[in-house]
Parts: sequence; C-alpha cells; structure tokens
Amino acid sequence: MGADQLLQYLLSGVTTGSVYAIVGIGFNIIYSSTGIINFAQGEFLMLGGMISVSLSHSMPLAAAIAIAVIVTGLVGVLLQLAFISWLKNPAVLRMIIITIGLSILVREASLHIWDEKVRALPFWSGNETSSLAVLGARISPQVLWVLGVSALMVGALTLFFRHTLTGRAMRACASNATAARLCGIRTSSLVTLSFFIAAAMGALAGCAVSPLTQTQYDMGTSLAVKGFTCAVLGGLGNVTAAVAAGLLVGVLEAASISVLPLAYKDVVALAIMLAILFFRPEGLFGSRAASE
Amino acid sequence: MKRYAPVLLLAAVVVAVQLLLGAVKSEFLLTQLTMSAYYTLVALGLCLLMGYAGQVSLGHAGFFAIGGYTTAVLSTAAAAAFSFAPWLSLPAAVAATAVVAFVIGVPVLRLRGHYLAMATLAFGFIVSRVILGTALFGQADGISDVPGIRLFAGLVLTGKRNLRVQNYYIAWTLVTVGLLFAVNLIGSRVGRALRAIHGNEEAAAAMGIDVGRYKLAVFVLSAVYAGVGGACLVHFNAGIGPGEAGVMKSVRYVALVAAGGMGSPGGTVAVSAVLTFLSLRGAFGLYDDAVFGALLVGIMLFAPDGLFGLVPALRGRR
Repeated sequence: MGADQLLQYLLSGVTTGSVYAIVGIGFNIIYSSTGIINFAQGEFLMLGGMISVSLSHSMPLAAAIAIAVIVTGLVGVLLQLAFISWLKNPAVLRMIIITIGLSILVREASLHIWDEKVRALPFWSGNETSSLAVLGARISPQVLWVLGVSALMVGALTLFFRHTLTGRAMRACASNATAARLCGIRTSSLVTLSFFIAAAMGALAGCAVSPLTQTQYDMGTSLAVKGFTCAVLGGLGNVTAAVAAGLLVGVLEAASISVLPLAYKDVVALAIMLAILFFRPEGLFGSRAASE
Repeated sequence: MKRYAPVLLLAAVVVAVQLLLGAVKSEFLLTQLTMSAYYTLVALGLCLLMGYAGQVSLGHAGFFAIGGYTTAVLSTAAAAAFSFAPWLSLPAAVAATAVVAFVIGVPVLRLRGHYLAMATLAFGFIVSRVILGTALFGQADGISDVPGIRLFAGLVLTGKRNLRVQNYYIAWTLVTVGLLFAVNLIGSRVGRALRAIHGNEEAAAAMGIDVGRYKLAVFVLSAVYAGVGGACLVHFNAGIGPGEAGVMKSVRYVALVAAGGMGSPGGTVAVSAVLTFLSLRGAFGLYDDAVFGALLVGIMLFAPDGLFGLVPALRGRR
C-alpha cells in the first residue's frame, strides 16, 4: 500500500469517523443529563438529511439545512416532552425499550413521508466530480465540509459547556441533579434542551454527510450502534472524548476494507465495541465510575 | 395445579382452533399459525430471560438465524457433500445456537443495563452482516429449497400442503412443551433464584446464589428456544433469508414479551401467537413495523406489566 493510498484511507476514515463522533456526542449529551441512552439518536441524522433534501428543491441550500436542523431539534424536544419527561424514575430497561420504540416510530413515519428511496443533498460546493488534491490524495471538497462542520460543533459545544451559564448548569445537572435543583437550576428544562442540542447536532451532521453517503430512512440503527461505540470507547458521559474515539473507529473501519471483504465493514466497529465493553467498559479515557 | 392452567389452556385452544378451522374449511390459515408458533417459541425464550433474569436481549433474531441457517446449510450444501442422517441437522442447529450463546454470554452477561442492550444489539447486527457477506449463507438471497425432515412415527417437518395439520400440531406441541418447561422452571428452586436476581443482584449473591451462572444458564436456554424455533421454521418454510436476523426482528420479539407481560410466559404466548399471526396475514399492511414500535412505546409508557397487567383482577393473581 502506497503512502497516498494510506492517506486516502485515513481521510475517508476520518470523515465517517467524525460523523460517528457527532452521534456519540449526542448520546453523551442526553446520557449525562438524564442517564438515558437514546436509541433514537441515529434517526436524528436521517431526519436532518431527509428534511433538508426535500426543502433544497424550493430554497437555497443553506436555508434548507438551517430549517432541517431546527425542525429536527424540535422533534427531539417533542419526543422528550411527550414520551420521556413525565416518567418518574423509570427503570433502565423501560427507558431502553421506549427509546427503541421511538426510533422505530420515527423511522416508519419517515418511510411513509419520504418512501424508501435513497436520497442525497447536493454537494455544498462543487459537484460529485470535483476534487481537491491533498498531499497526493484526491478528496471531495465535501469531506472538508464534514470535517469543518464537525470541528465547529465540537468547538462550540466545548465553549458552551465551559463558559456559558446554561452550559455550566447542564454540567452541574449531569454531575448531581438533586444538588443542581437545590441551587435553583431548573433541571427539567435543561433536559429538554439537551434533547434539542443532541437532535440538532445530529441533523447538521446528517446534512453534511448526505452528499457523500446518501440518506435513507433506515440508516439510523447502524449509525446509532457505531455512535454508541464511540461514546463507550471515549467513556460514556465524557463529551469530547467521543471525538477521538470516533476518529479511531472511522479509521479502523476504513483500514479494514483493505484486509476484509467490504460486506464485513460494519462488523469491525461493532467488534471493537464488544471488545471495549468486555475488557474496558469505562472506555479508553474514562474512569471506573462510568461503568457503574 | 394452578401453575399449569396456562399450559392446559394453550393445549385446549390449539386443538379447538384446528377443529374450528377444519369445520369452516379454512385450513389454509394453519400455515401462518404454524409459522407464528415458531416465532412464539423465540418470544417465550426471551420472556424467561427478560422477565425472570431481568436481562434484555436485542439480539434474539441472531440466535433464531443461527439455528435456522445451521440446519439450512447442513441439509442443503453439506448434505450434498457428506452423507449423514438428515434429522441430525436439527440437534446440530440447536447445539450451534447454544454454543454461540454460551461463548457470547460469558462476557456479555457481565454487562448491565444500556451496555448489555447495546452489546446484544451489536451481536445481532454482526450476525446479520456476516450472513449478508458470506457466500455459504446465500448472502442477500438466503438459502432456498431446504428439504423437509422425517422425524419419527411418520411425522415430517415440512411445509407440504397435505401435511399441514400434522405440522400445525408439531409446532404447537413444541410451544406447549416449551411453556410447560418454562412454567416448571419458574416454579422451581431455579425460578426463585432467578426472581431474586431480577429483584436485586447483590442481595441474591449475598444469599449464596451464583448470579453469573444462573444468568448464563437462562441466556443459553432462551437462545436454545430461539434456535429451535429458527431450525424448525426453516424446514417448514423450505428456506430462510437474511431478514430473519435483522435488528427489527429482534425488537419485535422484545415487543411481544413486553406486551405479554415480562413475568408471564402464558401472556407472552397468547400475545405473540395472535400478533405474529395477524402480522403474517398482512393485517397491519404497510404499518407492520410501526405497529410493533407503537406497541413497545405504548406498553412501556402505560402498562409496563403488559397488556394483561391492565386487568386488575389478573394483576392480583400473579
């Protein structure tokens, strides 16, 4: 394998990996504010892609994406308010089953709204044949968009959690909800906000990656499993660690294509997840406490 | 005696349905009823795992597929290459399912809650991807032309029309025996240990219950139920496709158990028999998956004890 070919794998791995990372971050945001793993996380990417594709026929691309992101965020809010907010101390098993059910409902609703055709958003700049030369490897400009958007989201999120009052309130709520309430933080609206952020981020990632990987109504499950892999690999609840984990998973998956048949590509990420769960459930960077 | 009421009721209903359908000349319905029996077997196994060991599995379609594909390969490709008694592929399929469940179960059952759910989901996903990527398993086409299997006393496991009644009874006898076994297990020392584990693992361990071993045993047992269902259905349908291993199938089994009541094998059999039959008849049309999704959400929100938990008189009895 030549150096340029290696770079090609690396870049394509980093691209898909950054999408997995965004899904993983979505898991983390909701998990840290509610203790719930939202199995419908992958559906947010699908919704973002689908809505923006439909809107892009009648308005500029940027507007279509903006509306798709906001609408998907509101869907997240709606799901939380309608199905999750009023349950008092639900058992873990119950929450798992509810969010799985929700993911099916979102998927089936999308199937009936859009049908099962594979769609794609137009390329954000240039078209499918345009490519840039990066150190001898040829990549689509959309790859840069995906990487840029992901980096921007992670950066914005870090700033939000560190430096804004709301973001710090969310962290307080994540580490101890009762104590946060005693300090006058309205935890219930922060939980709703966390669903909005997770859904909107997912939607934006879904829009960014749609020109490259296409959007289909049933893409959510595999994204959710891989995103969860990243979340666990980085340590559940550890928002930014999912980024490193995502890139790692993406690169390993891309590299696997040169060794294993293409059909087994999805198996790689999942095998990584199982290995991590079995041997280091606290994640690569996490502490023991996270696994409890 | 009260313990066996669901088993006797099931046996009576099975016979009554067959006689009724024979009387009104609608025996074609027996085909879907037979299929629904094999799927019900999977739900019954999962009910033991979810309701009594308190462990969730989102990968039970994987076990169903392992059972099904093992016997399918053995009775087509392998049967052409080697010679062995055809019926051997059934126990081989069940054994394969049990072995995989054991190997997966040892590490997986150390996990809890979300981790366990995701790990089993990933397992199911891997099984379905391996099937889709492997030529031996027919990839997207699946395996077809699987022959029927001659069992004993003239019984043949097949989808042939003239043997429809016989196969209906084979399938539902398996479910009845499965239910009987489940009911006995629950009432035994093992069942009490499992309930203790469900209630509180630490407390159960403190009482001297070997938590890990019991969980593993139930996990393997529930996989065996799924494997039996898969293996038999393959011969009845004369084939199997990769769809059987899909994640949505696994989720359906969870929905059936949730709706039947997690602690109620009888309820699970009842709900599963009816809903799977309706689904196979195409009663839900385009909304097939949506019905199961809505069922999951609705049950978990409003009736976490299952449909029968909604009836107060029944709730008090358990």
